[in-house]
Amino acid sequence: MPPGLRIAGLRRGAMVGFSLDGVAHHGHAGESLGAALLAAGVRVLRHGPEDGGPRGLFCAMGSCQECRVLVDGHVTEACRTPLAEGMFVARLG
Amino acid sequence: MTDLIVLGAGPAGAAAAIEAAALGLATVLLDEAPAAGGQGHRAPSPALFDPPRGEGAALREALAASTARHLCGRRVWMLSPGFRVSAIGPEGPEEHHAPALILATGTTERVMPVPGWTLPGVFGLAATTILLKSEGVLPGRRVVVAGTGPLLALVAAGLIEAGAQVVAVVDARSRLDWLRATPRLAGRPDLLARGAGWVARLLRAGVPILSGQAVTRIEGEDAVSRVQVAPLGGGAARVLDCDALCFGHGLLPATEASRLLGAGHRFDAARGGLVPVLDAGFRTSIPGLFACGDGAALEGAAAAPLSGRIAALAAAAAIGRLDPARCRERMAPLQAAHARAAAFGRATAALAEPPDALLDLITPETLVCRCEGVTRATLDSAIARGATTLIELKAATRCGMGSCGGRVCGDPAARLLARATGRDRADIAPATARPPLRPVPFDAISGGFDYDELPIPAPAPL
Repeated sequence: MPPGLRIAGLRRGAMVGFSLDGVAHHGHAGESLGAALLAAGVRVLRHGPEDGGPRGLFCAMGSCQECRVLVDGHVTEACRTPLAEGMFVARLG
Repeated sequence: MTDLIVLGAGPAGAAAAIEAAALGLATVLLDEAPAAGGQGHRAPSPALFDPPRGEGAALREALAASTARHLCGRRVWMLSPGFRVSAIGPEGPEEHHAPALILATGTTERVMPVPGWTLPGVFGLAATTILLKSEGVLPGRRVVVAGTGPLLALVAAGLIEAGAQVVAVVDARSRLDWLRATPRLAGRPDLLARGAGWVARLLRAGVPILSGQAVTRIEGEDAVSRVQVAPLGGGAARVLDCDALCFGHGLLPATEASRLLGAGHRFDAARGGLVPVLDAGFRTSIPGLFACGDGAALEGAAAAPLSGRIAALAAAAAIGRLDPARCRERMAPLQAAHARAAAFGRATAALAEPPDALLDLITPETLVCRCEGVTRATLDSAIARGATTLIELKAATRCGMGSCGGRVCGDPAARLLARATGRDRADIAPATARPPLRPVPFDAISGGFDYDELPIPAPAPL
């Protein structure tokens, strides 16, 4: 996984902390959780139901449902969830 | 009292809402996103300061200046005749009622399956533009861009601009296909020049453009690390190392809403596939129901606002708020401008049509339905046992039954079905549109009732 996926030279909002399956990560408040996880080097967000293969952010617009995770106990698409301080994120499977 | 509901705040829906409000209609514009713009003109995330000013900013300013009520953050999950629109908003379930409804629901991206396409690090082309423009995040550092259509050059140029290395652009269509389309593209020299600018950017950066070729296999452990690319006509394959693949084969009009309401549809390849049947006023077969923008016909962002304005005029006339003669008079110049813009949009959309040879790349083990994990072998077996429609395939295999609602697998599955049964893609009807239009949490739609408050009749005496 290469470091530094954030596009250089863009001014961004405050950094906030969140967790995924108990692991601490950081991202910018207000960006999508999906983008924050991608920039944090996390690509695998769940596993497929039949093949068990890894899945990640795919359509980024709330259509394909591949990036769904538990955010503070609710199933939601990571691509549609604005990142907030202290967000408690867990993989579904 | 609402006169008109517009569903979708992209270029078509926003223009429709602004036009309707200017005509004096009490207009409500519903959209899922936190800001207007649709996907093409999507607003930058609030985490990005001083983002570049694009056409989206102008659209949002025009909407803010309008008396149309823009309700953002609304996930619409059910539509009923008459019209009733059920949504989940920031405060919970909502219902909106109006005698006229304009659908401006945009598109879904088509991605043709190949082995490994479910790996993380594979992104849609539209997804890539969202990551770049709205989030300021690269999909990877070493990126292959592959598929069909004008989005390939747009995405590749955007990636280079943002600092990524584009390993190659792989276009399943040939250079000849592009050359043949040029006369039809020449109707909008401004847009043609913009496309030429993207290609020039690629050539300056020395990015190889592999025409008539396709990604045949995507490999990696937990994410894509390399792709195999081969000419579609046969020939030596090559392997390209990469940490992301941006992959897409054109856009499909999102017709779930118009189908759910029972409007008539037809398959029109020139308009992007299955589309609602419309007249020159963008009226569907259902009185009071209109459809515009790319969700009604894949005609591009230049045509979209014009179609939205025409639909708004027709809607105002339909509810008796605009004199029919005045309506026709105001529509005429918009219709002429729309025809010019739409011709360009249709020509570019045609270049994204996936060649039949891409079906041969779907190996028996390849997942076609990502949600339910259904492979091509399972689909082929169901077809061999007699499935002839998408509904039968769904019943037999669960293909299209998952949480995406069949938006991702529907078109590839229909193409496989057509090929296996010797029919045209046009003859494969879509599976029945059913609510919810998008997944919604059950507790959100059931509301905050308490079981103790449910009236339970006393048991009958024995």
